[in-house]
Amino acid sequence: MLDITDLYQDIIVDHNRSPRNFGKLENATRVAEGYNPLCGDRLTIYLNLNSGNIKDVRFEGSGCAISVASASLMTEHLQGKTIEEAETIFENFHTLLTKDHVQANMAVLGKLAALSGVKEYPVRVKCATLCWHTLRSALEGKETAVSTE
Amino acid sequence: MSRAIDSTAARLRQVPPALDVERLRAEFPILKQKVHGKPLVYLDNAATTQKPQSVIDVLGRYYGEINSNIHRGIHTLSQRATHDYEEARAKVQRFISAHSSKEIVFVRGTTEAINLVAQSYARPRLRSGDDIIISEMEHHSNIVPWQLLCEQTGAILKVIPINDAGELIIEEYKNLLGDRTKIVNIAHVSNALGTINPIKAIIEIAHAHNVPVLVDGAQGVPHLRVDVQDLDCDFYAFSGHKLFGPTGVGVLFGKAALLDAMPPYQGGGDMIKAVTFKKTIYNDLPYKFEAGTPHIAGVIALGTAIDYVSGIGLDAIATHEHDLLDYAINAATEIPGLRLIGTARQKTSIFSFVMDGIHPHDLGTVLDNEGVAIRTGHHCAMPVMEHFGVPATARASFALYNTRREIDYLIAGIKKACQVLM
Repeated sequence: MLDITDLYQDIIVDHNRSPRNFGKLENATRVAEGYNPLCGDRLTIYLNLNSGNIKDVRFEGSGCAISVASASLMTEHLQGKTIEEAETIFENFHTLLTKDHVQANMAVLGKLAALSGVKEYPVRVKCATLCWHTLRSALEGKETAVSTE
Repeated sequence: MSRAIDSTAARLRQVPPALDVERLRAEFPILKQKVHGKPLVYLDNAATTQKPQSVIDVLGRYYGEINSNIHRGIHTLSQRATHDYEEARAKVQRFISAHSSKEIVFVRGTTEAINLVAQSYARPRLRSGDDIIISEMEHHSNIVPWQLLCEQTGAILKVIPINDAGELIIEEYKNLLGDRTKIVNIAHVSNALGTINPIKAIIEIAHAHNVPVLVDGAQGVPHLRVDVQDLDCDFYAFSGHKLFGPTGVGVLFGKAALLDAMPPYQGGGDMIKAVTFKKTIYNDLPYKFEAGTPHIAGVIALGTAIDYVSGIGLDAIATHEHDLLDYAINAATEIPGLRLIGTARQKTSIFSFVMDGIHPHDLGTVLDNEGVAIRTGHHCAMPVMEHFGVPATARASFALYNTRREIDYLIAGIKKACQVLM
C-alpha cells in the first residue's frame, strides 16, 4: 500500500506553500511558457543566461503541489549551473521518475530526490516535469509555449 | 382534521420507496474490489457509471450465443440478433416516450449524435451570418461541433451566459434569439455543475421563433424522467455508458419529420435500399442514419440497462441521489476553505468544489490513495471553469449504488488531504 506522505514529503509541501524564486525576472534573457491542458497548470520560466551559465532562474504560474514544488526546487537547484549541467540533471530527474531498471545519479539531483515518490503515480509525472520541459524550451530559445500534450 | 390526514396520505403516496442500496450494490461486481487496500468508493458517475451484472451478462451472452450481423441474414442467429437489436430500440422509445421507434437512431454516444445533427441537419440550412445558440455551461462536445460548423458555413456562435449559481440567464437567452437563429443546443443537465436546466421553457421560447432545439441529455437520462413528446424537443442525445450500459453506444432521438428531411450522415451498408453507380436510394428511418455494422451487443445491453433503471424507477433513484447530495453539502460545511461550484436551485447529484490552498489534482491523488474515485480537472467544460475563475474543480458525482457512508469516506479523505498538504 502506498503511503501518501512518500509523495507529499514535507519539503514538497513547504515548497508548494512558499515557492522559492517565484515571480518575474526583470532582466531575463530567455522566457518560456509551459502548459498542461489536462490539469490547467501554467507556468513561465525566466532565465538569465551568461555565456552558457544560468546566472538566475525564476518562475511564475499556478498548478498542483507537485508542479509548483518541482518548479521551486528546480530553480533553487539550477542557480549558477551550466547548460550542460542542467541537461544532465534533467536526464537524471527523468530517470528517477520514470525508469524501473536504470539508476539515476542521485549525486547530481540533490534536493530534487524528494520528488522520487512521483514515480508511483504515473499520471503525475507530467506535473513534475512540466517546469523542466519549459526550462528546456527556454534554453533552446523557442518562442512557442510547450505543452505536455 | 381529515383534510390534514388526507394531504399527509397524498404526500406519502408521492414519496417513492427507499432504495435497498445494499441489495443494489451486490449487483455491481466492480464495487466489491479494493483500491490501494481500501474498499473502492466510486464517486465518478458523471464520467461513467458502473455496470450491473445483468448488463455484463447480456454482453457475454450475445457473443456466446447470438453473435451475427443484423438486418441481412436469413439464418436463425441473424434473426435473433435483429430481433434483440430492434427490441432494444423499442425499449429506448418507451424509456424516453418517443412517438415512434423510427425516431431512435443508435450512434456511438452523445458526441456522435450532436455531430450528426450539426452536419446533417444544421449544415445544409446555414448561411453565412446565421447564428447558432449554445450556453456557457456546455460540455466541449456541445461546443466544438458547432464551432466546426461555424468555420464551415460562416455562421456565428452565440452563448447564453450563466449566473454565479451556475444557472442559465433566461432573459439573455431571449435576447440572443433572433431571425437568423437556426438551432439552439442546450444541456439538459450540466456535467460540471449539476444544474438542471428548464429545457421545457427553453424549447417553448425557441419554438415561438420557429427554431428547433437539440438537448444534450448525457447527464439528464441517468437522473431524470425524460418524455421527449412532453418536452417537445426536436433532438435529444444521450450515451449508454452514463446509464449503466456499455461504452460506445448512444442514442439520437429526432422528430421523424426532421430526420426524414435530413441527408444521411455517413454512407455505407445498411443505410441503403438500392445502390447503383448512377443513384443510391437511401433506407427508411432510422436505418438511413445507421451506416455499417453497429455496436449490436452494446445496443442490446443498453436495452438491458434501461430495463435495470426502469425496474428501480427514476423517481426513487433521484430521491436517493438527492439525499446523498444534501448529506454531502451538509458535511462539507465542516471543512474550512471548501467552496461549492454550482449551487443551482435545481440540481442533480453533482458535488463540484474547490479548496483554498489545495489543487484539485493533489486532492484527487490523496483521495485515490484512500480508495475514493472522483474526477478532478476541467470536466471538458473549460468555459465553466473560466466563469468561476478556477483552472479545475474536484467533482464527486453520486449514483444509485452510493451510500452516506461512502460520503463519510469522501469527507474523511478531504480532511486527510488538508492534513497532508497544508
